Amino acid sequence: MSTRLSEGGRLIDRSRKIAFRFDGKRLTGHPGDTLASALMANGQRIVGRSFKYHRPRGVVASGAEEPNALVNLGEGGRHEPNQRATTTELFEGLAATSQNRWPSLDFDIGEVNALIPRFLPAGFYYKTFIHPRPFWKHVFEPFIRHSAGLGRAPDPRTTDPDRYEHFYVHTDLVIAGGGIAGLQAALEAGRAGAKVLLCEQTAHWGGRAPVDGVEIDGAPAEAWIAAALAELEGMENVHLRLRTMVAGVYDHGYVIAYERVADHVAAPDAPRHRLWRIRAAQVVSATGAFERPLSFPGNDKPGVMLASAMRDYLVNWGVSPGDRTVVVTNNDDAYRTAIAIRKAGLDVPCIVDARDTADGPLPQEARALGIPVKTGMAIANVKGLRGVVAVQLCRQAGEGAVIEDVICEAVAMSGGWSPVVHLWSHCGGKLAWDAGGAFFRPDHEKPPTSHDGEGFVVCAGAADGALHASEVLGNAGAATGRALARLGLSAPGRVATASAPDEAALSPVWMMPQGAGPKKRAKMWLDFQNDVKVSDVQLAAREGYESVEHTKRYTTLGMATDQGKLSNINGLAVLADALGAPIPQVGTTTFRPPFTPISMGAIAGEARGAVFQPIRRTPIQDWHERNGAAWEPVGHWRRPYCFPRDGETKRDAVNREILATRTSVGLLDASTLGKILVKGADAGRFMDMLYTNMMSTLKPGRCRYGLMCSENGFLMDDGVVARLDDETFLVHTTTGGADRIHAHMEDWLQCEWWDWKVYTANVTEQWAQVAVVGPNARKVLEKLGGDIDLSKEALPFMAWAEGRIGGFDARVFRISFSGELSFEVAVPASQGRAFWDALLDAGAEFGITPYGTEALHVMRAEKGFIMIGDETDGTVIPQDLGLDWAISKKKDDYLGKRAQERAHMTDPARWKLVGLETLDGSVLPDGAYAIAEGVNDNAQRNTQGRVTSTYWSPTLEKGIAMGLVLNGPDRMGEVLEFNTTRKAARGEDAPTVKARIVSPVFYDAQGEKQDV
Amino acid sequence: MLTLTCPYCGVAACETELSPGGEAHLKRFGPGSSDDDFEAYLFLRPNVKGVHFERWRHAMGCGKWFLAARDTATLEVFGTYSAQTTEPPPGIVEAIRAKRPDWSPT
Repeated sequence: MSTRLSEGGRLIDRSRKIAFRFDGKRLTGHPGDTLASALMANGQRIVGRSFKYHRPRGVVASGAEEPNALVNLGEGGRHEPNQRATTTELFEGLAATSQNRWPSLDFDIGEVNALIPRFLPAGFYYKTFIHPRPFWKHVFEPFIRHSAGLGRAPDPRTTDPDRYEHFYVHTDLVIAGGGIAGLQAALEAGRAGAKVLLCEQTAHWGGRAPVDGVEIDGAPAEAWIAAALAELEGMENVHLRLRTMVAGVYDHGYVIAYERVADHVAAPDAPRHRLWRIRAAQVVSATGAFERPLSFPGNDKPGVMLASAMRDYLVNWGVSPGDRTVVVTNNDDAYRTAIAIRKAGLDVPCIVDARDTADGPLPQEARALGIPVKTGMAIANVKGLRGVVAVQLCRQAGEGAVIEDVICEAVAMSGGWSPVVHLWSHCGGKLAWDAGGAFFRPDHEKPPTSHDGEGFVVCAGAADGALHASEVLGNAGAATGRALARLGLSAPGRVATASAPDEAALSPVWMMPQGAGPKKRAKMWLDFQNDVKVSDVQLAAREGYESVEHTKRYTTLGMATDQGKLSNINGLAVLADALGAPIPQVGTTTFRPPFTPISMGAIAGEARGAVFQPIRRTPIQDWHERNGAAWEPVGHWRRPYCFPRDGETKRDAVNREILATRTSVGLLDASTLGKILVKGADAGRFMDMLYTNMMSTLKPGRCRYGLMCSENGFLMDDGVVARLDDETFLVHTTTGGADRIHAHMEDWLQCEWWDWKVYTANVTEQWAQVAVVGPNARKVLEKLGGDIDLSKEALPFMAWAEGRIGGFDARVFRISFSGELSFEVAVPASQGRAFWDALLDAGAEFGITPYGTEALHVMRAEKGFIMIGDETDGTVIPQDLGLDWAISKKKDDYLGKRAQERAHMTDPARWKLVGLETLDGSVLPDGAYAIAEGVNDNAQRNTQGRVTSTYWSPTLEKGIAMGLVLNGPDRMGEVLEFNTTRKAARGEDAPTVKARIVSPVFYDAQGEKQDV
Repeated sequence: MLTLTCPYCGVAACETELSPGGEAHLKRFGPGSSDDDFEAYLFLRPNVKGVHFERWRHAMGCGKWFLAARDTATLEVFGTYSAQTTEPPPGIVEAIRAKRPDWSPT
C-alpha cells in the first residue's frame, strides 16, 4: 500500500488539507498535490482499468506521459473524460471517477477478457468479425461499440459553463519547458535582448533537477532556479508562463500553446483554458526526456512504476510507494530512486541490474547504504492479482528460470531515457539513432526549416540527448546560441555549470529476460493504455507488418491519449528485433501535434454561440425579427423564409404570401442581393468576357439578364445587369454569390487582363433593396409620390430610372423574378427601414404583404426561372437549361466559351431542363430520379433524369417541378416514373410517382403580366 | 500555416488571411485552341515537388492577387511578386538559383 510519509514533499503545503472525491469516496490531500499523488497518499493503488483486458492498473508515471491514471473529471457541464491524474492539480471539491470498469474498480466483469489468453491478440477485430455477414449489425457492432472508447462522453444535454479564449502573440523565441535547460535558454536569450516567451506545462519551474539532487554552480539546484527566475522576472523582454504546454510547432514558426488558466481552482473567475497562437522566429525545445519502462512479465501490475516517478512522489509529494520496493534497471540513474527510498527510511530489498557490472558512484553509494545489488539479473514474474506482492528473479541472459522470490509491494523500473523530440519532429525535423544511449536524438543537420530555408527549432538539454546533468546547461547554452545567431543576436556566453555523480553507460534491454518464451512474452506490456504486449508486436511482424506505421495501426501500439509516450521506443525495438533489422532502419512513427490532448473548448475559444459565425443583417432585419419571420440561412445572411401569422403553418403562410402578391401586391427585402459596380473605359469589354451574352451593347438606362460561367464552362451565377452610364455597369448577383463573383472579377482583372482599364467595387451593403411586386405595385409607389415617372411608357419593362420616390433617393429597376409587374427599388442603406415602413403604410389599402424566400422560389418556379444552386450544381452548363438565347453567337470569346465546345459539353445526351407535372397533382420529392430500364454495374436502377426544384403551386393548385431529363425537350407529354423515399411492401417494387414532361413555364407563358 | 509577404501592402500575411489560387504563369487558351492545349491549360498541372510558382490572394487584407515562388517540399519561400507578369522576374530567378543551383526555369 502506498501512503503519505510523515515528512518530506517539497511541493505540498502540509499545514492545509483539501477534500476531494474519487468514485464517490471522500478523501483529503494537500495544496500542491496532483490527483495522482493524493490518490497514492490515500492508499488508492488501483486507479483505472486497461482498455482491452480490463486489467487493474495503477499510476506509472508522474507527468504528461502517464498511460494508466486516466479519470473522468468534474460533473455535469464540467465533466471531462480521460484526464490524467498525474497532471491534474488538486483543488477543494474536485470530483473524479475511474474509467473503463464495470461495475466497480475493484471488481470488473470485463476482466474475463484477460483470462482467455488467446482472446484479443493483435488484429483480433480484423480477423474475427468478418463472417457471417449478418452478424455485423446485430452482434459484432453492438459488442464493439459497447467496449470501444475510453472514458464517458459529456452528457449532450449539458453546456460547458466555462469560457475559453485565444491569445495572439509574435515573439523572437518560444522556449518550451521550464526545467534548468529552459531557464538557462531564457536567461541567455533574455540577456541578449530577444523577445522571449518561456512556457512550462506544470505548475513549477526547475523540472527534475531538484528531485535528482543536481548541484549548479556549487549550490543545490533550487537556489540557482530561484535566482534565475528572479533575473528573468526583471526582464521586460521575457514572459514566463506556468501551466502552459507548447502543443504543436507548425510551418514557418507557427506555434500553439495551451494554457490551463483555471483548471486548478474550484470556481474560476477567469477563462478556463487559453490557446496561444504564436508566431515565433525560433523555437527552443527544452522538453526533457521520458523514462522508458522495462518489458518483464507482469510489468503492468499496480505497484510497478517508473523509477523516476517513484522518486518524484517521494521527494515532491512525500508519498511512499510501499514499505519494500525492488528497483529494476539497466542504468545508473535508477539507483537514485533506491537511494532516495532508503533515505526516506523505507526498505529496498534489492536492486536488480540487468548489466553484468555496476560500479559507478551511484551503485557504490547504494551498496554503502546496505542495498544489495544483483547484477546480470532480471525479473521473471511479478506476483499479485490486484498489485505487487513479490517478484521472482532470474538471470537476464537466460529464459526465466526462477532463482529467488523477493517480497515487495512496489517495483521501480528504468529502461533508460528517451529525449522528448516531439516539437522538433512536428514540422519535419529528422532524428538520428544514438547507439550509446539507445534513443533517438535530433539530427542537427536536418532541422525543421522555415520560410528562409533555415532551421527554426533547436533542442536544448535532455531533449537534445544531453541526459546527464553535467551536460544539460552547456548543451542548452550552445543550442540557444544557435537560435540567437539565426536572429542576428549574440549570446553573452555566461552559462552555469551543473554537476551530479557520474553515470556508467546503460545496456539496452528490450526484453527481460532476453530469452523469455511465448508465455512470458504475452505478459510483457509495451503499451499499457492499449494493452499491447511484446507478443502482439512479434505477431504483427510474423504476419508481415514491416512498416512501423502499419504495425502501430494493426496492434494499436502508441495510439490513444498518450500516443505511446512510454511505449514507442520499446515497441520499435521489439519490432526491429523481430524483423532482424537495425532500429534506425525501422524508424519511428510520425509525431503529430498536440503533444498532449488539448480541450475542444480551447480550440473553439470565443467562437461559440452568436460569435461563432456573425450574421450579416439587412437594414430591414429588425422589422423581420419583430414580425415573426421564419428564417432561412443564405450565405452569411439570414433571410425570412416566410412570415407566419397567428396559428399559421409555414406552408399556409407561403401560400398566402404568393396569392396576395399575384392578386394585389407583395414586398420582398432583396437587400442581400449582390451589387457590384464595374467601371472604366474597358468596362464593356470586360462585361462581355464575364457574361455569356453581349453586355457592351446595353444602353444606359436599361437592364439585361445575364449568365456567368467559370472558365470550365459551368454556370456559376446569374442576375440582372443595369448600365448606369457609358463607363459603368451595376452587376446584380445572387445573395450567396456576391463575394465569390467579386473575387472572380478581381482574379481576371488582376491576373489576366491587367492592362484593361476597369475597376470593381462590391457595394452590396450600401443599398437597401425592396421588390414591390404585383398588379398593384405601381399604385403603391405612385402613392408615395416623387419625381420618377413610373408609367409603362416612361419606365418600361427592363428599364431603370434614378430619382426620388416619396422622400427617398431611389433607383428603380423594372425587373421581375415573379412574372408580375415588379419594381425593385434600391435606396441608400440608411434609408432602407424608413422606406420599407413607408411602403407598408402606402400599401395598406391594397393589403400589401411582405413575403419571404420560399414565396420567391415558388413564384420563380411557376415562371420557369432557374435558381443557381437548384438547377445548377457545378456540373450544369447554360445549354442544359435551355438558356441558349442568353449565349451570344457573335462574341469571339467569353469565360467558358471554349470549354462549352468540348465534346462532353456538346453531347446531345446531356440531361436538359423541362417542367414536370405529377399525374396525381402531388409534389415530387426533391432530388428524385427518373428511373430507366435496366440496372448499372452496381445493380442500381438506371436513371434518365432528376428533379432540381419542386413545389406546391398555390396559384395553379398542384405540384410543379423542374428537372433535368435525357432528351427532355424532345419528349414533351411523355410520362416518367420517379423514385420516392417510401418503403416497398414485402415482395413488391419500391413505390414510384408518375410525372409528365411539360414546359418549365407554368404561369403566364407569354410574359404579359410583367410587362404592363 | 505559411506566411507570405504581400508585395502590394508589405504585410507578412499568415495563411488565414490568404486564399490560394493554384499554379501561376498559365497561358490562357480560349476559343480556337486545340483540345489538347485547352485541356492542358485547364486541368494538367505538374504538381511539382520542389520549386513552384503559385497564385495567392491577400483576401482578408488588401485584396490583391500576387505570385509566390516556393519550395513545395521544404516550404521555403524564395520571394513574392506582382501577379502582373507572365514569367518570374529576374530577381526571383536569382533568389531561387542561389538556394537551388540545379534548378532551371522550364
